[in-house]
Amino acid sequence: MARAVAVIGTGQTKYGNRKEICYPDLVREAVKAALEDAGITPKDIDAVVSGSMPSMMEGIAMTQFYFVDAMCSFGKPILRSETCGSTGQSIAHTGFYWVASGMADIVLVVGMEKMSEGDGQATMMTIAEPFFLEKIGGGAPAVFADQGVAWMRHYGISEEKARDAAALISVRNHDGGLKNPYAHIRIKLTVDDVKNSPIITYPVRLYDVCPTSDGACAVVFASEEKAKKICKKPAWVKGVGFRGEEYFIGDSDKAVWRSAIDASTQAYKQAGIRNPLRELDVAEVYNPFTYQELMFYESLGFCPPGEAADYTLKGVFSFDGELPCDPSGGVACSNPIGATGLIRLAEAVLQVTGKAGEHQIEGAKLAFSHAMGGADQFNGVTIVGSKL
Amino acid sequence: MAKEEPKTIRTQITVPYTMAMGSTWTRFFEGLKQEKIFGTKCKKCGRVLVPARPFCPRCFESDMEWVEVSQEGVIGVWCYVNYKYFGIPREIPFVTCALRLDGVDCNIAHLLGGVDISDVDKVRKRVKPGSRGKIVWRKEKRGEWWDIAYIKPV
Repeated sequence: MARAVAVIGTGQTKYGNRKEICYPDLVREAVKAALEDAGITPKDIDAVVSGSMPSMMEGIAMTQFYFVDAMCSFGKPILRSETCGSTGQSIAHTGFYWVASGMADIVLVVGMEKMSEGDGQATMMTIAEPFFLEKIGGGAPAVFADQGVAWMRHYGISEEKARDAAALISVRNHDGGLKNPYAHIRIKLTVDDVKNSPIITYPVRLYDVCPTSDGACAVVFASEEKAKKICKKPAWVKGVGFRGEEYFIGDSDKAVWRSAIDASTQAYKQAGIRNPLRELDVAEVYNPFTYQELMFYESLGFCPPGEAADYTLKGVFSFDGELPCDPSGGVACSNPIGATGLIRLAEAVLQVTGKAGEHQIEGAKLAFSHAMGGADQFNGVTIVGSKL
Repeated sequence: MAKEEPKTIRTQITVPYTMAMGSTWTRFFEGLKQEKIFGTKCKKCGRVLVPARPFCPRCFESDMEWVEVSQEGVIGVWCYVNYKYFGIPREIPFVTCALRLDGVDCNIAHLLGGVDISDVDKVRKRVKPGSRGKIVWRKEKRGEWWDIAYIKPV
């Protein structure tokens, strides 16, 4: 039987274009913040997990080596996980499993990205093999635009309704960003601003798309015994789930997103959650593209299939709605990709420990975090709560 | 005093690779040279996949039957691409599209062509949900995926 595991500290850098700081120093900024938040020193850490995007995005291969000093991992076991966008959830799970197994008591997990230094989309294209997919060249926005259109057709959702709901999500996310001191994009948008922004890959427009950011995030996992000793207000890991799909994107139906459905179902089962909409207090859904966020509401079980646009337009997922989503502004406002999925967890932890400041959802006790990676292949979920 | 720009260095990694095609894709690309599209049918689950596969990704069985498939099918989702990145392989705008060839159980991904793509609304008028498309071949064959020039709405 696995041991209970808590998050006892989180650290985030300010996200944005961080040209004033070199990559290892950026990583250390998050690590130091997490150690301070947890009230521990490097000697308390038993093991370190790190992850970023594929090496092409870093410009340096094997960044767990480059950042070994910045992650205070001298003399410690170290692991790396990498699943593109879902890297942050993958490394969180790696850290969680390490503590849950009893092989370590305190594990530091660090995700990072410095996207201003390269060309994010060009390097992301290197995950496509050169025989069939690489030279098609639509990139991430095309993959996600395609998926959004497939979803609309599958459930017969009108383009206008989906457009209105997606625009509302963009406005809400950017409102969240304004309240988050770490956020990269800090602008006030209206629904019309979103609907009139330039087309990137139809129907996806500029304000439907996340930015490319520099930043790092660190999270400290601890065993029950250590957590109770060190931390006044730990966030307990209630459930985790992860699923992958086939390599070729055309091999499975992405309008009904199997990996997102199964990953969240696994996490709900562990957490004993039967009705996510009613039981969850807040959700940090991975939302690099507004249309995808609509699909996630359905695949993650927040509403019935095909009804995400209606639920969104009714305000169910607004900050004052039944299940507030992405009060931090989410990926839409800050996206250092290797850190992004871990930031979702860090924000969920801030919510259930009452430390989210201006974007705190009052009385949040159970929070959901999630990330997606690959060309739609991977989905990972971690649920945290204020009670063991 | 004017604020000084943070200092940076310029670096670039360029590495050539020679990747093995493997027997399945060698045979598949030979088919394209003959203007034929081959899929593989998994003898366990019966699904026909294009491009041909050495094994079924769901059953993990390599008992596959080669079948020549239709060169027409239903156009699935398409995407009007109107942004640039370093090394983008063609001029924008261009349209990527999914095609489910008749009798095949997955989509192939390629480019939409043979229609006016200067404006997204022109494409929307031409390609509706359920519209059919067919493979248009490139004249010169090199035994690669791009021997298929594009998918043309019919």
